[in-house]
Amino acid sequence: MSDPQLKVRDLKIGATVYPPGEKPHDIEIVHGVSFDLEKGKVLGLIGESGAGKSTIGLAAMAYGRGGVKITGGEVWINGRDVLKSGTGDIRKLRGAEVTYVSQSAAASFNPAKKILDQVVEAAVEQKKFSRKQAEARARELFDKLGLPNPDTIGDRYPHQVSGGQLQRCMTALALCPEPDLVVFDEPTTALDVTTQIDVLMAIKAAIRGTGVAALYITHDLAVVAQVSDDIMVLRHGNMVEYGSVDQIINAPQEDYTQALVSVRSIEHAEKASTGDPVLSVRNITARYKGTQFDVLHNVNVDLYPGQTLAVVGESGSGKSTLARVITGLLPPREGEIEFAGRTLSANLAGRSREDLRELQMIYQMADVAMNPRQTVGTIIGRPLEFYFNMSGKEKRKRIIELLDEIELGEEFMDRYPAELSGGQKQRVCIARALAAKPKMIICDEVTSALDPLVADGILKLLLNLQKIEDVAFLFITHDLATVRAISDTIAVMYQGKVQRYGSKTQVLSPPFDDYTDLLLSSVPEMRLGWLEEVISHRKMESAGN
Amino acid sequence: MPLVIKLLAQRIALGLILLFLVSGLIFAGTIILPGDVAQSILGQSATPEALANLRAELGLNEPALQRYLSWLGGLVQGDLGTALTSGRDIGESISQRLSNTLFLAFWAAIVAVPLAIFLGLLAVRFRERWPDKAISGVTLASISIPEFLIGYVLMFFFGVKLGWFYPTATAFRPDAALFDKLESIALPVATLTLVVLAHMMRMTRAAILNVMQSAYIETAELKGLNGLQVIVRHALPNAIAPIVNVVMLNLAYLVVGVVVIEVVFVYPGMGQYLVDSVSKRDVPVVQACGIIFAAVYIGMNMIADIVSILSNPRLRHPK
Amino acid sequence: MRIPLAAAIGLFFTALYFLAAIFAPLLAPYGYAEVVSSGYWDPPSAEFLLGTDGIGRDLLSRMIYGGRTTIFVATAATILSFTTGSVLGFLAAVAGGWVDQLLSRFVDLLMSIPSLIFALVVLSVMPVTLPVLVLVMGLLDSTRVFRLSRAVAVDIEVMDYVEAARLRGEKTIWIIFREILPNALSPLVAEMGLRFIFMVLFVSTLSFLGLGIQPPQADWGGIVKENAEGIVYGIPAALMPAFAIATLAISVNLVADWVLNRTTSLKGGRG
Repeated sequence: MSDPQLKVRDLKIGATVYPPGEKPHDIEIVHGVSFDLEKGKVLGLIGESGAGKSTIGLAAMAYGRGGVKITGGEVWINGRDVLKSGTGDIRKLRGAEVTYVSQSAAASFNPAKKILDQVVEAAVEQKKFSRKQAEARARELFDKLGLPNPDTIGDRYPHQVSGGQLQRCMTALALCPEPDLVVFDEPTTALDVTTQIDVLMAIKAAIRGTGVAALYITHDLAVVAQVSDDIMVLRHGNMVEYGSVDQIINAPQEDYTQALVSVRSIEHAEKASTGDPVLSVRNITARYKGTQFDVLHNVNVDLYPGQTLAVVGESGSGKSTLARVITGLLPPREGEIEFAGRTLSANLAGRSREDLRELQMIYQMADVAMNPRQTVGTIIGRPLEFYFNMSGKEKRKRIIELLDEIELGEEFMDRYPAELSGGQKQRVCIARALAAKPKMIICDEVTSALDPLVADGILKLLLNLQKIEDVAFLFITHDLATVRAISDTIAVMYQGKVQRYGSKTQVLSPPFDDYTDLLLSSVPEMRLGWLEEVISHRKMESAGN
Repeated sequence: MPLVIKLLAQRIALGLILLFLVSGLIFAGTIILPGDVAQSILGQSATPEALANLRAELGLNEPALQRYLSWLGGLVQGDLGTALTSGRDIGESISQRLSNTLFLAFWAAIVAVPLAIFLGLLAVRFRERWPDKAISGVTLASISIPEFLIGYVLMFFFGVKLGWFYPTATAFRPDAALFDKLESIALPVATLTLVVLAHMMRMTRAAILNVMQSAYIETAELKGLNGLQVIVRHALPNAIAPIVNVVMLNLAYLVVGVVVIEVVFVYPGMGQYLVDSVSKRDVPVVQACGIIFAAVYIGMNMIADIVSILSNPRLRHPK
Repeated sequence: MRIPLAAAIGLFFTALYFLAAIFAPLLAPYGYAEVVSSGYWDPPSAEFLLGTDGIGRDLLSRMIYGGRTTIFVATAATILSFTTGSVLGFLAAVAGGWVDQLLSRFVDLLMSIPSLIFALVVLSVMPVTLPVLVLVMGLLDSTRVFRLSRAVAVDIEVMDYVEAARLRGEKTIWIIFREILPNALSPLVAEMGLRFIFMVLFVSTLSFLGLGIQPPQADWGGIVKENAEGIVYGIPAALMPAFAIATLAISVNLVADWVLNRTTSLKGGRG
C-alpha cells in the first residue's frame, strides 16, 4: 500500500488567550491528534464548537488562524513534513497541493474582483496551469458543480450570485489547481437546508470525479455521513473515536459518539387539540414600514393550551415576522390576533399588563437577550416585581424555585450573563419567561445557536416545563428535527404564506405538496446512501438555484 | 440612470445644499446675537453718531433676510464685499492670501500623506511590535499637544537654538523662486505635518487592519500567495476607499490647523487674515473667510464620499 | 480591582492638576498680575522658580493661576457639552422619527463647519467673556457628544434585552435608565475625558489667538501668546504651558483609555 496522502501524528496546537483582568497566556487547544488519509478518500472531522476541528483542518496547510500556533507533532503531505518546511515551501504547498473551502464563501471571496479571476488565481500563480487552461478548467468545474451559465458566471462579482452558488464557486476555486487534498470547513452550514443538499451533492460528485482526498469538517454527523469514508469524532481537542462511517453511525463505541448519533431522537407523542385555542392568528397580512411588498399573506393558525405549534420555514419565509406581529411589535395591515379569548391590540402600546404577562418570548441569541449589567437574580426577579409586586424573601424564594426548574442552582443568582455558558444563558432566559406565569411563550429559534447536545438538553427541559407549567409554545425554527421532537401542530411557511398546516402526523405524512416534500426530504438523515436516494426522487428545484 | 451616477449626483447635490445652509449659518452666527453688532464692534464708549454710521454701513437698518440675500447674491457672483477697517475689496485681499495658504497646505500634504501611509503600513506590518507601539505612543502625545505648541517647540529648537531653518515665515514672498519659498516655510510645513501625521497614521493602520482581517485575505494566503501579492492584489483594492477617506478627513483637518500655524509663524495667509479680522471685528471679512474655509472642508468630505461610492464593487457592478 | 500602572499614573497627575487648580491662591507664591521684578524674562532662580515673564511677573504663579482658568473653563464647557449632547442624543435615539431626523440633520450641518472657524465667526461679534467662551465651546462641542450618545443608544436599543423589556411593558424612563444607561455609561465616561482634553486645547488655542481669555487674567494659551516673542531670542518661557497641557492631556487620556478597556473586556468576556 502506498503512503497516505495526509499523515498526521501527535498534532498539538496552542493559542494565546486574553482573559479580562489577567495576563495573556498560552493554552493548548488540540492535544495530540493522529490520523491517516488515503488518496481519494474523505475523512470527516466532527465535533461541537471548541472541539478543535477547524484548527486541525487549517494545520494541514500549516496555517494558524489569529493567535493559533502549531506547537508539536508532524503533518506529512506527499511524503514531506510540512511543519518542518520553510515559508517558501509552505507557500508552494498551499493553493497547489492542498486547498481550502471555508464556511462563508460570501466573506472568503474578495468583493472587488471577478469570481473567475479568483478561482484560477492559485492554479496560475502556482504554475499548475496556464491562465487559459485554468480558465477552461474552471468553466468545466462550474458545469460539474451544477452552476447555471458555467461559461459566463465567472465574469460576475461575488455579490452578484446567490449564497449557494458562491459556495459552489468556492469549491471550484479549491479544485481548480488539481490539488491532492481539499480541506472543507463547514461548507454547507451557513446555507438553508434545501440549498445545502444541492451543494452537498455537488461537492460529493466533484470529490469523486476528481479523485482528490478531502478533510470534511462539520458539526453535523448526518451531513458528514453522506460524504465521508471515515469519521473522527473530536471533543475539547482530543480524539474520541475514529472509524469507518458505517461503524461510527451504526455501532458507535464511545458514550459521546452514541450521544451525538442519537441526538435527534427525542420522542414526543402528539397531543390532541382540546378546548378553545389560547392563540388564534386570523387572516394576518403584514409588511415592514417603507417597503412595497407583504412579508406575510393571509396567515391563519391556532395554538391550543399546553401544546406546541411549530412554525417552520427557511430564511425569508416570514416566520420571524409572524412572531413580531403576535407580540405587537409590527402591527399587521389586516387581520387580528385573538389571545385567551380576547382580541389583542395590534399595537404593543395598546396591550394591558395582563396581556403582556401571559405572552412571553425567548430569543435565539441568549447573549443579547439579557442585559450584561444585571445579575441572573435581577434578570429573573424583574418580572416577579413587575407583574406580581414580589420583593424581599418572597421574591428570592421564587427565583430559587425557578433556578431549580431550569436545573441551575441558587449559586447562579449573583452571576452575570458573561459568566454563563451558552446553554446556561438560554436556561436563564427560559426562567425569565416562566417567571411571568405565562399562558404562552414564543420561542424564536431558541436552539439554533447551540451545539446539538446542548440544544437537546434545552428541548427536553422545555418539554418537561410544558407539562409542569401547562404553558403553550409557539416554536419558530428552520430545523425540522426540532419540529419533529417537540411539536403537536405544525405550520410550514414558504414565501410569507402558510404552505401546510395541521397536526404533526398530518403535516409529516404524505401526500405532500412540492415545497413540503422538498423541505422534508432535504433534512439530512443519519444513514448511508441517503443523499443519493433523495436526489433521485426530487420534484422541485430548491430556492438556491 | 445607473445607480452609481444617481448616488454621485445625490452626493454632489447634498454638498451644494450643505454649502448653502452653511452660508446661512455663518451669516446667522454674526447677527442673531444679543446686543448690537455695531455696539460690540465699537465698544461702550462709541458716540451715537459713530454707531449710526456703522449701522448704516453694515446695512443693519435693513431686515436680516434681505441683507443675507444680497450677501449671498454677491457671494455667488464672486463679490465678497468690502472690508470695514481698510475699505478694500475683500476678494482682492483674499485671493493672494488664499493661494499662499493653499501653497502651505499643499506642501504639508505632499509630505504628510505618503509619510503617514508608509508609517501606517509599517505599523500593520509590525503589528503589536515596537514600531507599532512607538507609533501609537506618538499618536497619544500628538493629540494631546495643541498645534501652536508643536510650532513653537520646532521654532525654538530648529529655528533659534540650532539655526537650521528660518524661525518664522516672515521671509516668505509669493513671487520668490520656488526653492526660496520652500525654505522659508520649512518649519510651518513640518509643524502641519506633525499635526496631521499621527491621526492619519493611526486611521490608515486601522483601515488596513480592518481589510487584512477579512476572510478573503485568509483565502489569498491559503492560495500560497506571498505577502506582497496578498497586499497588492487583495488588500489594496478594498483599502483604497478607506485610505482616501482618511486622507481627505485629515486634509480637511489641516485646513483648520493652518489658521493657527499661520499665526505662529507669521505667514501671510487666510488664517492670519481671519484671526486679525476677528480681533478687529471686521465682520464682512470674517464671513468671507468663514465661508471659504467651510467650502474647502465640505469639498474634502465630499471627495472622500465620492471615492467610496466609486470604489464600491456592489455599486459599480449592480446585480 | 487592580489599576494598571499607566492608569494609576494618569489618575495621579489628573488629580494633582485639579487640586492645584482648586487651591491655586494657596499654592501660588505671588499674584497672577503682580509685577515682581523690574527685569524681563528673568531666568529661574530660588525666588522665581520658573523665572519671570516679559513684563516681570512670576511665571510659576501665572502657570498655577493659568491652569486654574484653563481647567475651570474646560470643565464648565465639558459639562455643558455633555449635558446638552447626551440628553439630546438619547432623546433622538429613543424617540426616533422626526425628532431624531431634525436633531441629527441640524448636527450634521453644524459639524460641516470646523468648530474653530465657527467659533471665530461667532466671537467676531460677541463680547469675549468667560460665560460666552464656555457657551460657544460647549455648544459647538455638544454636536460630537450628541453623535456618540445617539450611536451608543441606538446600538443598545436594538438589543433583544431592550425589546424584552418593552414586551414586558416597562416604561420608557425605565428602559433609558435601567437598560440603556448602565450599558452606555463607560463609553460616555471615556468620551468625557477626550472631550475635556479637546476643550483644554480649544480654549488654549482661542486664547493663543488672542480671542479667548483676556489679559491680565492668566491661562495657558495666553501665557504662550505673551511669551511667544521671547522664542526668537531663545527664551523658552512660551514652551512652559506645552509641558502643562501635554501632561494633563496625556494623563486624562490614560484614564479614559483604561475606562474604555474595562468596558470592552467586560463585553468580550466569555463564560
